[in-house]
Amino acid sequence: MSSLVRRSLFAGLVAGIACLHVGLVGMINTFQERQLLELGDIIDGGGVALGSLMPMLAILLIANRAAAIRAVDIDQPPPSVAERLISGAVVGAIAGIVLVGLALVSSSGFIGSMFVNARNPLAQILWLGMDATAGSAMVFILSVVVGVAGAALHVLPSLVSRATVVALLVVLLVALLEPFLSVIMRNLELDFVEDFVYERGALTLPAAVVLAVLTAAIVWAARSGGTLRERTAALADGGRGGVARWVLLGVAMAVLLVLPNVVGRRLSDVLTQVGLFVLLGLGLNIVIGFAGLLDLGYVAFYAVGAYTVAVLTSPGSPAFSPELPFWASLPFVIIIAVTIGLMIGAPVLRLRGDYLAIVTLGFGEIARILVGSAWLQPYLGGAQGITAIPPAEPFQRAPESVYYPILAFCVVAALAAIALANSRVGRAWNAMREDEGAAEASGINTVRYKLLAFAMGAAFGCIAGAFFSAKIGTIFPDSFSILISINTLALIILGGMGNIAGVVVGALVLVGLPELLREFAEYRLLIYGAVLVTMMLLRPEGLLPSRQRQAELHEGAEEEEGEGEQPHTPTTREPREASITP
Amino acid sequence: MTETQAAPMTAATDDAILRADKVTIRFGGLVANRDIDFVVPRGRIVSLIGPNGAGKTTFFNQMTGLLTPTSGNIEFEGESIIGLSPHDIVERGIGRTFQNIRLFGAMTVLANVMVGRHVRMSAPWWGSLLKLPSVRAEEEATRQRARELLELVGLRRRVEQQWAKNLPYGDQRRLEIARALASDPKLLLLDEPTAGMNPGETAQMTKLIGRLRDELNLSVLLIEHDMKVVMGVSEEITVLDHGEKIAYGTPEQVRANPKVIEAYLGKGAASA
Repeated sequence: MSSLVRRSLFAGLVAGIACLHVGLVGMINTFQERQLLELGDIIDGGGVALGSLMPMLAILLIANRAAAIRAVDIDQPPPSVAERLISGAVVGAIAGIVLVGLALVSSSGFIGSMFVNARNPLAQILWLGMDATAGSAMVFILSVVVGVAGAALHVLPSLVSRATVVALLVVLLVALLEPFLSVIMRNLELDFVEDFVYERGALTLPAAVVLAVLTAAIVWAARSGGTLRERTAALADGGRGGVARWVLLGVAMAVLLVLPNVVGRRLSDVLTQVGLFVLLGLGLNIVIGFAGLLDLGYVAFYAVGAYTVAVLTSPGSPAFSPELPFWASLPFVIIIAVTIGLMIGAPVLRLRGDYLAIVTLGFGEIARILVGSAWLQPYLGGAQGITAIPPAEPFQRAPESVYYPILAFCVVAALAAIALANSRVGRAWNAMREDEGAAEASGINTVRYKLLAFAMGAAFGCIAGAFFSAKIGTIFPDSFSILISINTLALIILGGMGNIAGVVVGALVLVGLPELLREFAEYRLLIYGAVLVTMMLLRPEGLLPSRQRQAELHEGAEEEEGEGEQPHTPTTREPREASITP
Repeated sequence: MTETQAAPMTAATDDAILRADKVTIRFGGLVANRDIDFVVPRGRIVSLIGPNGAGKTTFFNQMTGLLTPTSGNIEFEGESIIGLSPHDIVERGIGRTFQNIRLFGAMTVLANVMVGRHVRMSAPWWGSLLKLPSVRAEEEATRQRARELLELVGLRRRVEQQWAKNLPYGDQRRLEIARALASDPKLLLLDEPTAGMNPGETAQMTKLIGRLRDELNLSVLLIEHDMKVVMGVSEEITVLDHGEKIAYGTPEQVRANPKVIEAYLGKGAASA
C-alpha cells in the first residue's frame, strides 16, 4: 500500500471521527437552530443551517490537509493533481460512510439511551429531511464532493483558492453574526440593506452571492503586494512612516469611539469583555511573549486588582472600607499589584520553562483559594464576595459607558508595550528569552529584568481586574478561576506570541466570538481546544505573528541544515594539534 | 610534583589587566583547577591551551563570574572580581564569547549587537516607556555604534536585519565577537573563536583578533585548540593539563617544552 493511500485512509478516518464526535456531543442538533442561508424561494422551507454544515466543514478542512502532502517518499515525485483529488474523494467517502452509519443508527434509536443526541432528529438533519435511502445517498455524495472540493482548494492556483476561502469565510461570518449585524444596520438606519441581506434570521441567497463575489474581487485586486502573511507581518511590525497608516489608525480610532452608540448594549458588553482581555493579554504578553517567562497564574493579578478596588471603594467591604472613589484607588491597586508581582517573582527567579509554569499555576490557584478562605473572610467576604462596588465615576456601570475608560487603558497599554518592545528593556527581555546565560554574559542583570517583567505584567493585569470590579459591581472568588489564565494565554497564542496587534485579534476571536455566538456557549471549551489544535497545525505562529516568532517557527528547517554543516567535533581535531611536535 | 623551573611561570609585569592568584576550584572530589597563577599583561594577546578536559573553560568561567573559585583570587584592574555576578563583570570591562556559539537566534543581527551595548546605556525603563528625547538619542547612538562594530568584524550592512541564527557559521562567530565588543571591554575573552572553521575562515579570524587589539587597544585572552592560531597570534602562552599549569612562555618556548609535548602526545613522544 503506497503511503499516499495510507495517508488518505488515515485522514478519512480522522474526518469520520470528527463527524461522529460533533454528532454525538450534540453540536449538530444544537447548531441546527441557527439558519445561515435562506433558500426558501428555491426549495420550499429550504436553507442551510450551521448544524448540517459542521461535518462538511470538518471534511473540507481535513481533505484539504490530506491533499497538501508534499512528497510521499524522497525518491518519488510528488503526487499528481489527479492523485490529490482522489485522495480528497477518499477522505470524503470514508467520512460519508461514517455519517450514513451515524444517521442509520440514530434513526433506529439503538444507542439513543447512551448518546442522547443520537436519536431520530439527528438522522433527519443528516438526511437533509429526506427519507432513509435518498438521504443516505445524498449525504454520501455530498461528503465526497466536499472532500474533492477540499483537495481542489489545494490544487488550484493559490490566488484562486485564497479568494475562494476568504469569500467563504466572509459569507460564513456575516451569516453567523446576523443577530448583531442586523441590529447595527437598524441602528445606522440602513434598513434597506438589512432587508436585502437577511431574511428570517439568515443570509439571503442574492446577498451571499454578492458578498462572495465582492470579497473574491477584493482579494483579487489586492493580489500584488506579497502574501497575506508577509503583509500582516509588515502591518504588525509597524512599518515606519506612511500617511496611509496614520489615516487608517485615525479611522480605526473614530470607529472605536462611536462603536458603543451604534452596536447597542449587548454588543457593547461584549466589547468591554474583549477590552478587559486585551488588557490582560497585553500584560501577559510582556511576561511570556517578551521575557519568555511562562506564567500560568496570571489570574492572581486580576484578582488582586479587582479585590483591591472592591475593598477600597465599596461601602460593602466587610472590615476596612475607606470608600475612596475609583480613580483614587487605582494608584494603590498598582502599588499592591506590583508588590505582589515581585513577591511571586522573587521565589521563582531560578526556575525556567515548565517548572516556572507549574509554580505559577499554583500561585494562581492559591490566590483564588485565599480570597475565598475563612481566614480572610472578615476582610474579603469569603464566598459571599464583596458587593456594591461603585462604578468608575464619571463613567457608569453600563457597558456603553465603562467601555471608554477600558478602551483608553487598552490604547495606553498597547502604546506602552510597543514602546518597551523597541527599547533597551525590550531587547534585554528578548535576549533573556533567547538565552538566559548569554544575556547575563552580555551584561544584562537577568534577576532585575525578570522582576521588572513580572511587575509590569502585574500592573497591567491588576488594572484589568480593577475595571472588572467597577464594571460588574460584585465580585466573588469564583470569578477568578484558572480559566482566566488559560483564556489569556490562549488568546496570546492564537493572536501571535509577542505581538500587540495579535493580542487584540486573539481577544476578539477567542473572547468576542464565543460571547456573540450564544449557541456555542455549551461547547466553548471544546471549540477552544479544536481551534488551538488547528492553529498549532496550520499556523503555529498565530494569526498575526511577530517577526521573531515567525523566524523561530518557519526557519527552523534552514537552521537544522546549517547545524549539520558545522564540523563540531573536537576529537577529530586532535591530530592537527599534534602538529606542534617540532 | 612540579620540579623547580628556571623560567618564571607568569609574566613579570606590573601592568597586568588581569591577575589570577592561586585559583583553585573543586567540584566534589574533582579538582578542576589547582593553584593557577595567571597574568594578562595590558595590551597583549595571550593564550590558554591544553588538551581536552584540562580545565581551560572552567578557568574562563571563573573570570566571567559563572563559577566562583573555591580558593584563590582574581583581580581585574587591581580589584577582586570574586563573587561578582557575570553582568557586573561585563560592566567592569570583561567581554566574552562562547565555545558553542550562543547568539540570540531569533533577534536581528543588529539587535544582538545592541544587546551587547546594554551596560553602556543608561535609559531607565520608564524613560523607554515615555520615549524621552535623551532615550531616543541614546538608542540612535547605540544603533550607530552597533553598525560600526559590525563593520569592524567584517559583517556587511545588508545582513543587519537578518536573524542571527540564519547567518553562516563563520559570520555567527564574528557576530558574537561584535556583541562582546559592544560592551566596550578592556579585556576580551575568546573561547575557541576558530572552532569549526575552515582554514580560510581561520586565517581571517586570526587576522581579526590581531586587528582588534591594535585598533581598540584591547587585551585579549584566547582559549584555542588550533595550534596555528595560537602560535600565529599570541605573544604568551600558558598550558594547562589536568587542571594544573604545566608551562608558560613564548610560542617558541612552549613549542619546545617537553612537558607540553608529553601532555598532548603522551610520554613516549616526549622522549622520542
